[in-house]
Amino acid sequence: MIPAAFEYHRPGDLPAALALLQEHGDDARVIAGGHSLIPMMKLRMAEVPHLIDLQAIDALRGITIDGHRITLGAMVTQAEIIAHAGLTTHAPILREAALQIADPQVRAMGTVGGNVANGDPGNDMPGLMQCLNATFHVTGPAGSRDIPAREFYESAYLTAREDDEILTAVSFDAPTGGQAYEKQKRKIGDYATAAAAVILTRLGDRCTAASIAMTNLSDTPIWAEAAGEALVGTACGEDAVIAAITAMQAAIDPSEDNRGPAEFKRHAAGIILARAIARAWSRA
Amino acid sequence: MSKKMQITLTVNGTRHELLAEPRELLIHVLRERLNITGPHIGCETSHCGACTVIMGDRSVKSCTVFAAQADGASITTIEGLGTPDALHPLQEAFREHHGLQCGFCTPGMITRAAQLLKENPDPTEEEVRFGMAGNLCRCTGYQNIVKSVLAAAATINAAKEAAE
Ligand code: FES
Ligand code: FES
Repeated sequence: MIPAAFEYHRPGDLPAALALLQEHGDDARVIAGGHSLIPMMKLRMAEVPHLIDLQAIDALRGITIDGHRITLGAMVTQAEIIAHAGLTTHAPILREAALQIADPQVRAMGTVGGNVANGDPGNDMPGLMQCLNATFHVTGPAGSRDIPAREFYESAYLTAREDDEILTAVSFDAPTGGQAYEKQKRKIGDYATAAAAVILTRLGDRCTAASIAMTNLSDTPIWAEAAGEALVGTACGEDAVIAAITAMQAAIDPSEDNRGPAEFKRHAAGIILARAIARAWSRA
Repeated sequence: MSKKMQITLTVNGTRHELLAEPRELLIHVLRERLNITGPHIGCETSHCGACTVIMGDRSVKSCTVFAAQADGASITTIEGLGTPDALHPLQEAFREHHGLQCGFCTPGMITRAAQLLKENPDPTEEEVRFGMAGNLCRCTGYQNIVKSVLAAAATINAAKEAAE
């Protein structure tokens, strides 16, 4: 499996990468870990005459925890997330989700920037970032701008990032409360049949805030606002969980594929969400 | 045909300078240009792990890395781990514990296990299974592979202790 020929570029800084994107327009794509793009190029479903490798751009690396704000450079790998002690303390849901992505070799290469920017509905980080209410930082010829994760995804592979912009980092406030990432998949390395990211804040025996996002159940991740609202003010008992599941199921729009028919996925989504809520609540 | 580019790869300690097209995959460059045929091609689609090599300090599937991306990198393949006269403890353990049958997955298994034991020198059985999840075997049923990796870890740790 050999992709079509292309020219390879490895710019040393962001301005050089942006200049290459400008110069080659639609003919250029940036590559981070490559584990989404290279398979598509090998299948010749993506043709990329100019491949711009971001690996030499130091400004895209690094994990910083500054007070409550956590920033991940676009080139941070899933393996780096898993190994980072600070993240494990301040945002354990990130590690829990990253451990469920693909397999060790893929996690060694796969990056957070690639995972969120590609717009693949099967990727786990987009839903997680919506749950965290993260901000995506992009830079283009006109300068830098911030895009909320909850407004980034338009449809499969279509996002608010312009073609001449590069996603440089994601940032979010360290979540407080109980967190859980639950994923149902057929086997290691598969995308989710259904996955749920849940963060719950608890005061006494009441839930005071809830954020719920679902993965691979629509052509974009789904931040299910109403599902979270169904839990607020409750003790996350059975009735509240059923109400949250019902609200979530009204927000998703799964389609049939080799992971099963749409009805099955709705059912699986409900089970996964119930598990995620129970686990997040037990940690809140 | 696109332009060839000059690529430098250090493989098992030997520096190679070669001309390759950017679209060539690392596994093809290793096998076909450098004649390093330890890493195998099982699926060519990032699933099986037979092509696993160590690039820098990470395990990668060399069928999903362009040679151009690897330009400048240090790479270890199964050929760099042991020799027929001086087997690597993992190779010794795979032989001892029947960790292979047809042997097709074995170079990838051992190369992955070598990096796993660097990251986690004393893994539990569960950690071995989780850490080897990117490598498929059609023959063994994995039991003996896991046993072999655990045995090699014990051997390596005992040697380390003896040296201290
Ligand atoms: S040949 Fe690379 S993963 Fe199978
Ligand atoms: S020993 Fe035959 S595939 Fe593993």
